[in-house]
Amino acid sequence: MSEPLLTVENLKTQFFTEEGTVRAVDGVNFEVNEGELVGLVGESGAGKSVAAQSIMRLVEEPGRIVDGTVTFDGKKLVDIEETPDGRMEESDEMLSNREMREQVRGREIAIVFQDPMESLNPVFKVGAQLREFIELNRGVNESEAKTIAVDMLREVGIPEPEARYDDYPHEFSGGMRQRVLIAMALACEPRLIIADEPTTALDVTVEGQILDLVSDLQERYDTAFLWVTHDMGVVAEICDRVNVMYLGEVIEEAEVDDLFHDTKHPYTEALLRSMPRPDRSVESLDPIKGVMPEAINPPSGCRFHTRCPEAREACKEFHPEYQDVSDADEAPHAVSCIKYERVGYEDSDPLQTEATGAFAGGLADMRGDDDGRDPAGVPGGEADE
Amino acid sequence: MSEADGTGALGTGAGGTDDDTILSVQGLTKHFSQSDGMLSALFDEPPVRAVEDVSFDVKRGETLGLVGESGCGKSTLARTILRLVDPTDGAVYFEGDNLAELSGSNLRERRRDLQMIFQDPQSSLDPRMKVGPIVEEPMKAHGLYKGEREERARELLEKVGLDPHHYNRYPHQFSGGQRQRINLARALSVNPDFIVCDEPVSALDVSIQAQVLNTMQELQDEFGLTYLFIAHDLSVIRHISDRVAVMYLGKLVELAETEELFEHPEHPYTKALLDSIPVPDPRSEGARSVLEGDVPSPIEPPSGCRFRTRCPRLIQPDEFSMDSDTWKAVREFARAVDRRTFEADDRAAVRAEFFPDGTPSGRAGTVVDDALDRVADDEWEDAAEQLISTFADASICATEEPSYSVDPTIGDGEHFAACHLHRDDVEAPAPADD
Amino acid sequence: MATTTGSDTDSRTESDAQAVESDPEQPAANVGWRYTVSQVRRDPTALAGLGIIGVATLVAVIAFLDQTVLPMFGIEQYAIAQAVWMSPNAEVAPQLLPPAWTTNVFGEGTWAHPLGTDDRGRDILARVFYGTRIAISVGVIATTIALVAGTVVGSVAGYYGGRIDDVLMRAVETLYAIPFLVLVIVFMVAFGRDLTFAMIGVGIANIPTFARLIRSRVLSVREEDYIEAARAAGVRDRNIIFRHVIPNSFAPVLVQATLQIGVAILIVAGLSFLGFGAQPPTPSWGQMLSQSRDYMLPDPWFSIWPGLAILITVVGFNLLGDGLRDALDPRINN
Repeated sequence: MSEPLLTVENLKTQFFTEEGTVRAVDGVNFEVNEGELVGLVGESGAGKSVAAQSIMRLVEEPGRIVDGTVTFDGKKLVDIEETPDGRMEESDEMLSNREMREQVRGREIAIVFQDPMESLNPVFKVGAQLREFIELNRGVNESEAKTIAVDMLREVGIPEPEARYDDYPHEFSGGMRQRVLIAMALACEPRLIIADEPTTALDVTVEGQILDLVSDLQERYDTAFLWVTHDMGVVAEICDRVNVMYLGEVIEEAEVDDLFHDTKHPYTEALLRSMPRPDRSVESLDPIKGVMPEAINPPSGCRFHTRCPEAREACKEFHPEYQDVSDADEAPHAVSCIKYERVGYEDSDPLQTEATGAFAGGLADMRGDDDGRDPAGVPGGEADE
Repeated sequence: MSEADGTGALGTGAGGTDDDTILSVQGLTKHFSQSDGMLSALFDEPPVRAVEDVSFDVKRGETLGLVGESGCGKSTLARTILRLVDPTDGAVYFEGDNLAELSGSNLRERRRDLQMIFQDPQSSLDPRMKVGPIVEEPMKAHGLYKGEREERARELLEKVGLDPHHYNRYPHQFSGGQRQRINLARALSVNPDFIVCDEPVSALDVSIQAQVLNTMQELQDEFGLTYLFIAHDLSVIRHISDRVAVMYLGKLVELAETEELFEHPEHPYTKALLDSIPVPDPRSEGARSVLEGDVPSPIEPPSGCRFRTRCPRLIQPDEFSMDSDTWKAVREFARAVDRRTFEADDRAAVRAEFFPDGTPSGRAGTVVDDALDRVADDEWEDAAEQLISTFADASICATEEPSYSVDPTIGDGEHFAACHLHRDDVEAPAPADD
Repeated sequence: MATTTGSDTDSRTESDAQAVESDPEQPAANVGWRYTVSQVRRDPTALAGLGIIGVATLVAVIAFLDQTVLPMFGIEQYAIAQAVWMSPNAEVAPQLLPPAWTTNVFGEGTWAHPLGTDDRGRDILARVFYGTRIAISVGVIATTIALVAGTVVGSVAGYYGGRIDDVLMRAVETLYAIPFLVLVIVFMVAFGRDLTFAMIGVGIANIPTFARLIRSRVLSVREEDYIEAARAAGVRDRNIIFRHVIPNSFAPVLVQATLQIGVAILIVAGLSFLGFGAQPPTPSWGQMLSQSRDYMLPDPWFSIWPGLAILITVVGFNLLGDGLRDALDPRINN
């Protein structure tokens, strides 16, 4: 099998805040192959956007990539190693900021953000912004760049591209702006496009247009996509392979059909069960209890054990190994849950949490209760960072 | 299969509300002027027609879902119903009173029975007030439960799934889901009959969304509430609603019982909307029929049916009798010219692209050929104008406003569809053949 | 690694999660006095400003007791001052003495009058001391007048908008269009030249600053959902304005007010210098400056002391104002 286009290994990004260290991305592994559309899915706070930004080294203060390796086409975008004296340092192979800017961003990897209005400068004409971007990254002169820009606009389905070339961003609708950004991303024919919730701000019918456009363009240009989203519907619609994130970790990775129909991780399963369906009536929803704990002080053992309906005592103690659990003749399917390990899950007692149904049901029990400011509920072993 | 009923298919007659109707909206219209200030009178700018002639009833104890894309006027409709903005025209009967005509203090009193829950749990709670006073505020405003307000607030907090001890906390100490619960408690504090929920869960994560939706349903059962539930997410609407109304560009396009609407949509817009939702199942058929173009401006909305400029099933004018494939080709050509989505370097190539089976015969063919010539000569605007005036503006979709009642396939509730495909004299083609 | 207990499991919270992950760049809403005070306490410049204002206020309070309150109980004026360190009533001092450690053409400084004496032989230290009372009360009262009137006008205009807004704001702008000093002086010529009218005049002339400031805030606050929520709940407009709109628009006004106290002190000092405001023999800093004008060349010290007092007090209010701005504006911190 050929080398993947993008490999992320043990990536860790942390935010150093007054309250403590937020472990936003905590040892994430995944890959994207040439021409593949890979989903990175999770709820807000799962760390999916930070992971995407870390690949491009766009994490801002107080955040910092503290560990891990990101390899893109043989280049080390991120490569942090432990020195002999125990400090984490960037290796010599890691690209400099200048190399990142000149060789990677825009040319090899492009990024499309959620809010197209924020990504376009409101005081410059759309065409001029696109042209400048092409000039910079493809080294062509102004008139050539303009021709490419107009072609790109037509390519992404902007009507009257010559006329719209001279419009300002606010004269475009949300869907049209997102098309412009996709045009900008595609303009330099990058090999990978990172799309960070690109359709979240759009209406369903417009989202449909954009998804169609992306599938179309992907076939034509054979660009690989890393599609960051919270929407399982979008994932099911366009992704080839999916990584599910929970609280800074990738907890399951599988081909899209396996993920939905041969779900291995209890979190993924619970997430799918908690969603209302557009295509059929569901009598009652089965929500995941509680909320995602904070990434400053993640739960011990398996991070999902506080909300997991299948949690047992062992889940508190053992941090599950992220491993491939597929049979030899199947597509790889990685999961991190101790159900698939031999660490005594079967013999362990069910954990007493509301999520496991050990408490009586009812509204009052659904409260995600608080943090120890309640006099009675001061947790004993809260770890301080 | 349809009974024409030109005059407001859903109104139950002026002011007349039968017993199980709690709210009756009749011909509600809201236009916003584009500017205000001292000098605005000097400029006669056309208004933004946000909501136009909307009529429907809400039955006691039901959840009526109201769905549409952003800018379709659903939030404005909700605010107009509650008189948070004054309607331009029309009436809103709530238990006999016309809210649209109530004045100051009467209106304020009536608001006790109608409450609202907002989309953004962050901004709908005053950041400088503690949870307790927030929940108590409506009681105070109406002079209710004097002396037992705190007790009642704590009780309500417990009812919506929060800890009564949270009484003394500030909103920022809660997550989005919890804040939406505080909103619920506030709305419930004056024991209302009717709650307008404006996208109450769209700012929440999926797993939290389900928690809040479940709580809302439980509260509805316990207190006998009626919800007008506004959302853009069709999955949520399908889950929570008993009946669903669909809006497009300020007008109601379809209203039916939930199963009926989702399984047998009778308006092309509803169909397109349903087809474009991504289904969280990779094995579901990806038969996405995507709408072209953008929603037109509400300042000058299209005449007749407002959806006609994007409708995949626009009816051909009476004077033509093209077969459906030819008509489809003509329609698509006309829109493509209007939007200039192609390059016209070569007339033959354009013709081959749009009319692989040849241009239509008769007058239609003459107009199309003429338009092809003009496009080839780079006279786009003339071509577009001629095509639109011949084919689009002459259609019944442009000349008459549709309003029909359709026989439901599932259940026996009313099914309203504002689409001329359902007029008597048109043989309604079998659905989903487009 | 954390050792997590069972109780920890159950008490995992929504607010925990929320506080950190959802929006790291947006700090939890900064609410309440306690938060503001804790922010100010961490800011050394604001603390310095607070210290200056504290000392000045203390001095002003003592002066007030000494001059006004105690005599009401039959106690001699300036009793406190005399008991502690000086005799403001002493008549026999030589005129125009320099500070204690210097000499000038009029004589040699003495520690009996540490900062020297004025052209009537009055102790300069004592006059600076008693001038604080005027300065602080003038600054605070003038600003309070402007603050209250401006806040009401601005928030009503901003909340209702439309015609009410047009009328109120055009009136305010008319006021704004008249040069500040001209406005105050015309006002005082019309009503009276004493301190009371100086304060009221400066207060009125400052209304536009506050009205415009709070209106601009109210315009954004009134779009917040909680205002609409209160209206939908049936809360009266008056209550909405006072309970929701003003408290949430008030932060910048408070900062402006603090800065404006300093400005008002300066203006009233300027008016006194011109002969409007505090009338002799009431000690005020502006008037002291005015009187020392004639002796500035032989000995600049006479002008330096009241000038220094004005400077320090105004700087104090500015430092505090800046500190408050930082504490109240969440975008600047973090």
